[in-house]
Amino acid sequence: MRKVRVRHAFVAAVAVALCVPTAGVGKADGISSITKVGQTEGALSMIGWEGYAQDQWVKPFVQKTGCKVNRKYAGSSDEMVTLMRSGGGGQYDLVSASGDASLRLIYGGDVATVDPKLVPDYKNFFKTFQSPPNNTIDGQHYGISLQWGPNTLLYNTKKVSPAPTSWGAIYDPKYKGKVTVPNNPIQIADAALYLSKTNKKLGITDPYELTKPQFDAAIALLKKQRPLVKKYWGLASDEIALFKNGDATIGASWPYQTNTLQAAKVPVKDLIPKEGATGWLDTWMVSKKAKHPNCAVEWIKWVSTPTVQAQQALYFGETPVNRLACKTMDKLAKGSCAQYHANAPESYYRSIKFWKTPVADCGNGRKDCMDYSKWVTAWTQVIS
Amino acid sequence: MASTSALLDNRRRLAAIVWRRPWLRTAALLVPPVGWMLLLYVAALAALFVYAFWGIDVFTTKVVHTWNLDNFREIFESGAFRGVIWRTIWIAAAVTATCAVIAFPFAYFMARVATPRVRMVLFILVLLPLWSSYLVRVYAWKVILAQDGVLNWSLEKIGLPAANIGYSNTAMWLVFTYIWLPFMILPVYAALERIPHSYIEASRDLGGRGLTTLRRVILPLALPGVVAGSIFTFSLTLGDYITPTLVGGAGSTFIGNVVYSTGLGSAGNLPFAAAFASIPLVVMGIYLVLAKRSGAFEAL
Repeated sequence: MRKVRVRHAFVAAVAVALCVPTAGVGKADGISSITKVGQTEGALSMIGWEGYAQDQWVKPFVQKTGCKVNRKYAGSSDEMVTLMRSGGGGQYDLVSASGDASLRLIYGGDVATVDPKLVPDYKNFFKTFQSPPNNTIDGQHYGISLQWGPNTLLYNTKKVSPAPTSWGAIYDPKYKGKVTVPNNPIQIADAALYLSKTNKKLGITDPYELTKPQFDAAIALLKKQRPLVKKYWGLASDEIALFKNGDATIGASWPYQTNTLQAAKVPVKDLIPKEGATGWLDTWMVSKKAKHPNCAVEWIKWVSTPTVQAQQALYFGETPVNRLACKTMDKLAKGSCAQYHANAPESYYRSIKFWKTPVADCGNGRKDCMDYSKWVTAWTQVIS
Repeated sequence: MASTSALLDNRRRLAAIVWRRPWLRTAALLVPPVGWMLLLYVAALAALFVYAFWGIDVFTTKVVHTWNLDNFREIFESGAFRGVIWRTIWIAAAVTATCAVIAFPFAYFMARVATPRVRMVLFILVLLPLWSSYLVRVYAWKVILAQDGVLNWSLEKIGLPAANIGYSNTAMWLVFTYIWLPFMILPVYAALERIPHSYIEASRDLGGRGLTTLRRVILPLALPGVVAGSIFTFSLTLGDYITPTLVGGAGSTFIGNVVYSTGLGSAGNLPFAAAFASIPLVVMGIYLVLAKRSGAFEAL
């Protein structure tokens, strides 16, 4: 009896020993560039913004490619960067990085380059989004642009009158205790954009390239704003709850919240104020240590097609980068193409100040701009 | 057969060695728990302390292994961070005091007045909230305290002005008190129940009235229970970051929130987060030393 048990244990041990190497095999140095796509791996894990992997376009993708999708929604760009690096990287194949995260991932050596030739729809992208500075460096594409949108001013039409026209509204003591803004260091750029139009003496030309005095002015404005703020929202759903329950009546937002609130019959409207707006441009980036790189490229190809571009644009309230998506958008919801500026001239896209990671070397030759770590520290202190 | 007797021989020899050297037996008994403790508990804390003296490369956010005190300097030179520490300690103290004030009469009733049946019902009532998820209960409060929530709706119905306490420090104080109350009631109850009835009779025989007996006999004997409960309520509040996220407002950042946002959320600055995380550790250390002096650990 005893002997049999020992033999069983031995057989089991050998079986385990044989299994371990096959499971552990992988490239030690990772993938630095993806230039061709092979057999799909049957699985794909991704980090995205809330709502970026809806069943509406995930289900047909799984059917078509056999790649089972495992999605994780992140609440902030910082969380995305941290998640991509967690456990030494490789836990996730893909990330929908916004402009304030993408440069960090590129310079941190976390993501691989992707040859745009692999994506048939790439040639139909608006020029602005083919090689934007937040995902393309020295002609190398670290991922493919996905969608973009402006950061809008959202307000409750019953409680806020007259309708606001300026970002000044979220710094106005009139709305004390009713304001909500995103809990995100890149929010400093919104204050800088407002100051660039209202305080010309500061000489702000790019809200992401701030010298010490310009930066200090923006922080001073945000510190003055803090007593007015009800809550700094983390997830889009937080802001939706704040507006639904009447805790906030005005705030900085994304079109997604406006759509969701209007669908729930909450009297809200949003606008791009006269000072203009900052915006985000998201890019699907592939991890250097991706376990399923072929499925990842298939996913990028899939979400770049006009139909998925239109579906996602309408679901999230953002704008496609593929110019062919316009027709499908109008088919799905009449007039939506023009509403989301999906057919605007290139000059319109250039007027939006897209998020990018602030760096010390901001092109004035003196390398005296405030870098992202200073933004984070200052922001933490503003909201604490 | 031969191998079995050899095994028995070995076993006997081992027993003899251990019998001759009692310290060996003690050591063998202590190694597993102490090793476990060192590995799981002390090792993690040590790693935390080591991290606190490192820094990061600001752009790639990778840890740089050079020893310095920059993290601590940054914490104590910033008025905002000092404010966070002060707020956390202050609210934890307020929650502890409130819990003690509410818990004492409740526990007294349970231990000395209620019939066994009523006592059992009260016990269940105290423990009932602990059966449901912490998160759900905090969320429930979020809904209650919202501007168009249950509280303001009720106040309006009875003709009172709306209480504007959603997303504020007051809301946090209220929710923390609600959540940690059972952790105060139970040790206070245990302490009160242990007071022999003869002490109270003796107090009366010596002419002590109700209030005097309470002040000079019951309260001093129940104090270790209150201190034991306060260790729970104080440390649980001190380390929490979920309640401030959910019901706190713009000026409600706790130590835990800064640790979370700097360590995981923003910038992935683990060394800074580690430095910040060691502050509640120090505060709790001081608190435990004071609690030990009052004899609270005998009532746990």
